[in-house]
Parts: sequence; structure tokens; C-alpha cells
Amino acid sequence: MADVTLHKFDAVVIGSGLAGLRAALELSRKYETAVITKVFPTRSHSGAAQGGIAAALANLDDDCWEYHMFDSVKGSDYLGDQDAIEILTREAPDCVYDLEHLGVPFSRTEKGQIAQRMFGGHTLNYGEKAALRACYSADYTGHVLLHTLYEQTIKHNTRFYSEFQALALIIENDVCKGCVAWDIRNGGLHVFHSRVLVMGTGGYGRAFKITSNAHANTGDGLGLVMRHGLPLQDMEFVQFHPTGLWKSGILVTEGARGEGGYLKNKDGERFMQRYTPTLMELAPRDMVSRSMQSEINEGRGFPGGEFGDYIHLDITHLGKEKILEALPQIHDLAFNFAGVDCFKEPIPIQPTAHYAMGGVPTNLLTQVTRDAASTVVPGLYAAGETACVSVHGANRLGTNSLVDLLVFGRRAGRQMALDIRGQDMPVVPEDTMDPVRGEIEAIRGRAKGERKEALRTELADVMMDDAGVYRDAVGLERARTKVAELRERYANVSVDDKGTVFNTDLLEARELGYLLDCAQTMVAACINRKESRGAHSREDYPDRDDVNFLTHSLATRGADGAVELAYKPVTITKFQPKPRVY
Amino acid sequence: MSVELRILRFDPEHDQKPHEERYTVEAGPMERVLDLLHKVKYEQDGTLTFRRSCAHGVCGSDAMLINGRNRLACKIRVDQLGGKKITVAPLPGLPVMKDLVVDMDAFFAKFRSVQPYLQNEGMAPERERRQSAGDRARFDDTTKCILCASCTSSCPSFWAQPDYVGPAAIVNAHRFIFDSRDDAAEERLEILADRDGVWRCRTIFNCTDACPRGIHITQAILEVSSAIVGRRA
Repeated sequence: MADVTLHKFDAVVIGSGLAGLRAALELSRKYETAVITKVFPTRSHSGAAQGGIAAALANLDDDCWEYHMFDSVKGSDYLGDQDAIEILTREAPDCVYDLEHLGVPFSRTEKGQIAQRMFGGHTLNYGEKAALRACYSADYTGHVLLHTLYEQTIKHNTRFYSEFQALALIIENDVCKGCVAWDIRNGGLHVFHSRVLVMGTGGYGRAFKITSNAHANTGDGLGLVMRHGLPLQDMEFVQFHPTGLWKSGILVTEGARGEGGYLKNKDGERFMQRYTPTLMELAPRDMVSRSMQSEINEGRGFPGGEFGDYIHLDITHLGKEKILEALPQIHDLAFNFAGVDCFKEPIPIQPTAHYAMGGVPTNLLTQVTRDAASTVVPGLYAAGETACVSVHGANRLGTNSLVDLLVFGRRAGRQMALDIRGQDMPVVPEDTMDPVRGEIEAIRGRAKGERKEALRTELADVMMDDAGVYRDAVGLERARTKVAELRERYANVSVDDKGTVFNTDLLEARELGYLLDCAQTMVAACINRKESRGAHSREDYPDRDDVNFLTHSLATRGADGAVELAYKPVTITKFQPKPRVY
Repeated sequence: MSVELRILRFDPEHDQKPHEERYTVEAGPMERVLDLLHKVKYEQDGTLTFRRSCAHGVCGSDAMLINGRNRLACKIRVDQLGGKKITVAPLPGLPVMKDLVVDMDAFFAKFRSVQPYLQNEGMAPERERRQSAGDRARFDDTTKCILCASCTSSCPSFWAQPDYVGPAAIVNAHRFIFDSRDDAAEERLEILADRDGVWRCRTIFNCTDACPRGIHITQAILEVSSAIVGRRA
């Protein structure tokens, strides 16, 4: 293993978004901790979060964690595990205070407290009226959170391996012992031995044509896990955010509606009054996206050609001063990317693939589990969008992702710090690298093959068309066939760049493989769930079916390459399932 | 329309020095330079190498020299660049690793040198520390930095004296020096009072012009300089 560098760390964190950094900060206070990240930490996609982080601080109203819990359960269409949601909402205020103490520059109220705004699906008194629950910093909340946590890891001497891509987990006898990674800068291979390892590698929005996600969001962590025969949970649930900028899919914060923005169809009608009359534009995202898509499908959208028809988000009535104070970035984005002056004109928007509710199953301690009995995989943890604990169930409420990252990132760090004590530094066999090295060299060494771009475009098209806001059996079968075909063609992909230095051609080929893993699993889970719940909306099964499907899916890829599905029960404590009306 | 991209390229495994290569791509007026770079990479030459991630101006990955000015490739549109020829080169003043990718280690080391993290050894209250909206506004502008290096690598003082800590590090020091919750302003001012600190700024304003976040960088540097002078008085 002459060309391989070995490292030994008490703890390894893969991913430098908010979940990974929060875990790393906790661990670095006591243990030698390495963070492996394919982008420099502040480039992570958590930084693109705009509107806020949910916590019942009650700075501006009579909020309490029980209301937040109820809203999250109802928002999840009753698929979220209520013990996990209770932890999320109870720990949220302390987590936000902790962030403030670490230096996050929140916007402030007149009294100097953390400012809070309205967001979709968040209410007071179990649905009575909208709550002021989202703590924010203008419309770049994720940016200041990400920078603050990175700053704190500098203070605590966390060791960063930036521009390293994780290539494989090392799992032996069902125990995780570390990972293999690749230094993008020079092509060098590295083996990291760890006593505990956490994945905070984000989602896979890049599997869809229209997405708010960064180019880096290619489901690497999910692919790494499933390639070890471990299951992925609830993969059928992908959130389409209602307000993506038309064409580019770039996020326009829900805070724009939280501050009072309207959605209008081509007749100038605020159509949400026909769908969710109480909360109007502030209904949960799955419902708003479906309402918009219905307007478009019924011919009341604005014609948009090959990028699809669009809807208007109108914030002109808020006035220039309010927009510049509360939504400065939106003005900038609308101008730069849609050529629209949002002081004077409505912003063209369409649903955009935004967030994966599903992911690597974990228990409440963030330990990764391997089956319906929730048997733990020792040494392996997951938190954030990569994980499915499950606090978001079938649909995540806006501002619940940032709080998930931080509550469960912190829990991961604390649990790992406890578990480290009982774990010896593992011994890893010398040939650990060989299969991965073989995979990499096969792509690099293939003299002639198919360009990966064609595959990626075809994947993004079929996922958008057939596994998007609305789904049915015919479309999903078409997607399954297409993804299977793409997986076969992937075996013949070649790259132009044969070099070792900063080979992003090879990096992207590797990423495409993970996207195909995610797509295959997602489509299989969609086909099997013959009901409509949260973000999974089947035109052929329009109703929620609690008798047969109030259950989490677990998708595993078998030795024959086919996806097998198992199911595990949902934890229900305080709130029995009811029809979801807003 | 047809746009000619002239890209400065360098492959350390094959080239002795950088050279220009020309590519013609079809582009609409609203497309960004990043879209054009992707067209080259995906349709013509997969070896073209650049960093990018969010593709909408918030992650700071794709700062480069475009038509002679530092900008984010994902933010600048074809129609804003006027002509049908666009030149693209790596950020100036930083070592080139490959094509448009520069080595930013020294840049980040300078960022770290100003202690860019909140320091407050007092007992934290049970809830949030109070901060008035006015105190919060005092450092609002400098919280927006995305560490893209557009400012520092556009600074002639930095080109002349690479040990200069540079505008990005000063911006990030400013963000804490003027935060009412922070107790380490004195230490940061001491660091920036050094020979390679704020005094190397010649108020050329290149940094302010280059900032994709619209931060008033020169003003921030002057506020830090004034604080140093005020401290000595």
C-alpha cells in the first residue's frame, strides 16, 4: 500500500455541512477528530438555507414546543416518529440559544431578542393561526450558521481534509471501522481508521432536472451506505419546494411568503384560497407545490416552453424598504437569475427538487440501524439530510431542516463521544483499498466509452417527469426501466481527463454512480407505496391509506442488483393520525 | 448567439506554463459564465477544470478572472459582459493548481490568523444574549462574506506584498471587532496593527468593486484602521 496514506482518528466526520460540523465541534472538544469533505467547509450546501431555523422561543407570541411538535407531526402526514419529533422540538430552543452563544448573528427584535418570522405549517394552538417561530438572520440564515460553526471548529482545532471525496466505508463483521477517501487535489488514496464515524453528507437533489440543490448534492453518503447492503429508509419522499426560480430551480425562500408574499396564477388569482383557505400561501410545502402543479396542469400557469410553465410569486406590495431589510438576497437572485425587479414585478417560480426526507435509518441516538428491528451498526452514525431518524416523515416543514441538522448533529457528537470510550482503534486489513481502487481505475482507464453527461441529463429528465410532484404506476415503471438502462450504460462510461491532479471529470463520474443508486432506490420505494402521503402523491392512489401504509419503507439492494423492500412501524405517542386539513 | 470563450489553461502534469485555448459555444443572454464553462466541459473537453457548487452566488467556489475582473462565474451573465468574446483566467495572485483552480491554503491561513470566531469567556445566559438591532446592524455588512477571495486577489497591495493579510481577512476581523458580544477586539486590532496588517491598504477600492456580495470592504478596512488609531490615542 505504498501509495496509500493511513490515518488514525478517534472520530471521523464525513461531510462539512451543519450536521457534520455540529458533531465535529462536540467531538473536537475531547477527541482527535477529522472532517472529510469534498468541498471547502463553507462551500457546503447548508449555507444556501435562507429563511430560518424553527424553535419555540416565544419571543413574539405564546409559542411552546408542544405546538411545534404537533405541527411537525401533522406536516409529516403522520409518518414522522413522534418520539424523534418530541426530541427535535423540545431541544430546539436550547440548540438555538447555544448557536447564539457560539456567535450566530441572528436578526433581532426591538427588545434585542432573536427575531422570529412565520413559515409554512407552523401554527399556534394546534392549527389556530400562524406562529412566529422561525429564528432568522435576514434571508441568509444558513450562511451565518455555517460560517459560525466553521469558525468554532477552527477555535477547537478540528482537523479538516478538504477536497477529499469519501469512496467507501470500511465495514467488517457488521462494524464500521473507518473509510477510504481520495484526495481530489492530487489523486492520492487515504485510509481513515476510526473508532466512530458519522455521515453528514446531505441529499441528492441533483438527480432531478429542476433543483435548488448544489452541484455537490449527489447522494454520495446514501450510495456509500447502500453499497454495503444496508437499507435506506423512506426514499419515496422527496420534497419539491414551491418557489424555485423558473428555469434554474434556485431557491426563493419561503420567508418571502412568511413576510406576506402572494402566489398568483395567470388570471391574477390568489389560487391558494381554493386549496388551503386558513393558511393560504403558508400551507406546508407539499400542498403548495401540488396546488401550483394543479394550476399549471389545468392551464392556469404562465407558458414556459421546455422548462415548464410557471406561477407568479408577488412581493411587490411589501415595498422596497421591507424587501431590502428582510429579503435582500431574494432581490439579488430574482434580478441576476430571472432578470426580474421584484420591487416592481412578480417573480416567475416553479416547484424545485429540494430535500430528501428519507435517508440512512438511525435510532434516536443517531446510531445507524440495519433492519426493521433497528439493530445498530456499531461505529456508524448519521445526522442531517443524509439520515432518516425520522423527524420529517412524508413532508418536512420549512425551517425544520436547520433545526434537525443542529439538534441531531449535536446528539451525534455527544453520543459518539460516549461510545468512543468502549471502542478500540480498529485494525483494518491491508487490501481494504483494492475494490475501490479498481472501480476508480476502471473509469479512468477506459479508453473509449459513453460520455457521462448524456446519462446524467436523461436521469434528471426522467426523475423530474415521472418521479416528481405527481406520480402514477405508468410513469414510475417508465422511470424504473430507464434507471435500470442507465445503470447498465454507466458500466461503460469513460472520462476525458486521465490525470491525477484535480480530476473533476472523474469525480463527477463517481458522483453519477451515487445518483443512480439513489434514483433506483427511490423509484422502487415509490412503486411499492400505493397511497398518497405528504410529498409522495400518486394520481392512481389519491388517498392516504393508514391501514396499509402508515409504515416506514426500508429499501435494500440485493446481490442480484434488485431493490428489496421491507417495512417498519411508525412510532406514535401523542397525536393519532387525522385528516390533514389547513 | 455564438460566444467565443478564451480560457487560460494549465495542466501541471503536461504544461510548462499556462496557455490560452478558445472554445465556441451557443449561449443566451441570461446564461451565466458558469453555464458556458459547463458546456465546454460537458460537450467539448472534459479536462477543463474549475470549482463550483451552489451555482447561485452563495458558496463562493467559482470566483475567477472574467474579462479582466474578479467575479463569480455563476453570477455574471453573458448580457452583462457585452461582446461575443469572453476571457476567463484563474484568480490573480494565487498559485494555480490546474486551469481555473487556485491553491487557497495561504488565503485561508490569513483568514484564520485574525481569530475569526466569537470570543466571550463570560457565563452565557440561559436564553440568548441581548443585542440591540442597532448593535446588530453595526457589523451586518461584514457577515455576508463568502470567502471567495475575489477581493484579496484583486488587491494590488496584495500582489506587491503577498504577506499582506488582505481585505478578506480584515472583513472577517471587522465582523467580530464590531460585534457587541465579542471580547477580543483588542487582540484582533493588535494583529492587524502589524506591518502586514491594515496599513498595507492603499484605498484603491479594487476589493469593493470585486465583491460579489456588495460588501463595502474599503470602508470596513478604514473602520478597523480608525479603531487601531483610536486605541492608541
